[in-house]
Amino acid sequence: MNLTKSFLGAATVVAFGAGAATAEPGLIIDLGGKFDKSFNESAFNGAKRWSEATGNDYRESELQSEAQREQSMRRMAESGADPVVVLGFANASTLEAVAPDYPDTKFTIVDMVVGQPNVQSVVFAEHEGSYLVGMLAAMASKSNTVGFIGGMDVPLIRKFACGYAEGVKAVNGDATVIANMTGTTPTAWNDPVKGAELTRAQISQGADVVYAAAGGTGVGVLQAAADEGVYSIGVDSNQNYMHPGSVLTSMVKRVDNAVETSFQTAADGTFQTGIQVMDLSNDGVGYAIDEHNRALITAEMEAAVEEAKAKIIAGEITVHDYTSTDSCPSLSF
Amino acid sequence: MMDLVTILQILDSTLRLATPLLFACLAGLFSERAGIIDIGLEGKMLVAAFFAASTAALTGSVWLGMLAGMAASVVLALIHGLASITFRGDQLISGVAINFLASGITVLIGENWFSLGGRTPSLEGAARFQPVNLPFAETLRDVPLLGPIYADLISGHTILVYVGLLTVVATWYILFRTRFGLRLRAVGENPGAVDTAGVSVVRLRYSAVIICGLLCGLAGAYLATGLAAGFVKEMSAGRGFIALAALIFSKWRPWYALSACLLFGLLEAIGNRYQKLEILGVVIPGQFMQALPYILTVVILAGFVGKATPPRAGGSPYVKER
Repeated sequence: MNLTKSFLGAATVVAFGAGAATAEPGLIIDLGGKFDKSFNESAFNGAKRWSEATGNDYRESELQSEAQREQSMRRMAESGADPVVVLGFANASTLEAVAPDYPDTKFTIVDMVVGQPNVQSVVFAEHEGSYLVGMLAAMASKSNTVGFIGGMDVPLIRKFACGYAEGVKAVNGDATVIANMTGTTPTAWNDPVKGAELTRAQISQGADVVYAAAGGTGVGVLQAAADEGVYSIGVDSNQNYMHPGSVLTSMVKRVDNAVETSFQTAADGTFQTGIQVMDLSNDGVGYAIDEHNRALITAEMEAAVEEAKAKIIAGEITVHDYTSTDSCPSLSF
Repeated sequence: MMDLVTILQILDSTLRLATPLLFACLAGLFSERAGIIDIGLEGKMLVAAFFAASTAALTGSVWLGMLAGMAASVVLALIHGLASITFRGDQLISGVAINFLASGITVLIGENWFSLGGRTPSLEGAARFQPVNLPFAETLRDVPLLGPIYADLISGHTILVYVGLLTVVATWYILFRTRFGLRLRAVGENPGAVDTAGVSVVRLRYSAVIICGLLCGLAGAYLATGLAAGFVKEMSAGRGFIALAALIFSKWRPWYALSACLLFGLLEAIGNRYQKLEILGVVIPGQFMQALPYILTVVILAGFVGKATPPRAGGSPYVKER
């Protein structure tokens, strides 16, 4: 009984506290889980970093099923959290319906555009990051043939492939890019067996660097590349650690930066709704170098990539965005 | 374009891709020949893949992993048996339920054990099936034609590929050359007659369901610890349903099952190698290759190529007359 009372008391204090001080930001971890070594974990790290730096708390909830999206979004908004950050394109249709009901709450959606006045849509320039890892692939390749394995055949993944091919051709105009998609249904994100077979098929056609933009399927791609002794390139988060010495680099999307920025700007009062592009200029995308792949990237390679990066930021190089024209000059699908 | 090396690589890939289909197809064969329709092959494969990978990850032994996978698959098979034999429920609904159960429980347990978003850690060394090099593979490689075929195509697979091929022979022998097999087939055609002869229908059907579970377990273990190196959620990716298609395509016969699975494996391997296939100037998209197993099955079912007659008592629970 006493215990219950003290809990109730504590809850009241928290509730009053939340009402009095500026609102705490909220993060809804998406399906896949907080420690998925990828997208969600990156977002969690961003929130944690903000919390440690500012000493403020944030609220967090974790989706357990597809059906909970609306419920948890509303509960987070009603609890007073501001801004509310949701992760992944699957939330778009739900947020489209929920956001107008909470006009005073700010929302951030990562990886998708939602056109509501109180929503900030964070999108990444995946083609620019892919361009840089494409350059690294072309420089590391001895056979002048590199591969790309996408997950589900959707425009977003073609955007990765197209940027990659552009980067490869920028280094070596004669290089061949073999691009394969795993499938046309969502199972294509979770088929490591097929990913491994596609990798072997590409290797037998001469590819010696394979870039995987395929979710769980990519696990099989990286594994097959390590087994067959060729290089692979990871995606989304830094996957260099998965097979040290075989993973050449990873094209990272800094979801952590997006979350941290959202939290911080809301606290400063500089939160901007509308589309926020995370690209090379604000370190929203990039390539990963750490102790696991340091030996694979020579100083010349790094210098060349850094130079291209500076030129892209300065606007001297324009990387073609597949989604802008639905076509790719450097690669046919 | 189509030199010997390329053809061998495609056939090599065919054999790898056909093996999980083959195990699952033979599993379905045992079950359906005994009159228990099983659309839960997919779920049993998935659960087996998960327990094989997680046990192998925790113990470091691929063999313990395989046993755990088979055990988990048998548990689901027994649930299916309990629902459809003992409680005489609808076999299709029970199968669907098993698929849902498998898809949810693997991620749930996986997240609880490893906190990797439903994945298991990557397997290394003795926790995966390694390729088996058959004797003299390297010495015979220089023999024209037969050397590369032996060294590249026949040798160098994991042990489960060879087990899969032997299982075809064993299935044929058990079903068509033993008393148990005769009774098993009879119970799928006319359980009343078997009962009249004083043989337990329930026991026969349960043994068929358990064999089905064991074989699905091998299929899942091969997926997670032979082909891949670890479990990823939903990694069976519809292979259980392709195996069902192969089962119908093969008209519920073991040798035909082997050819059907090899054919479907070949289609997938060609689709992987050439995502756009150009034959005589006509471009065939990769999606068509992926759909072809299903199209072929429909063609067979429609009666264009021979006739596929399922076991007559399939799908109906046996009620003893009083």
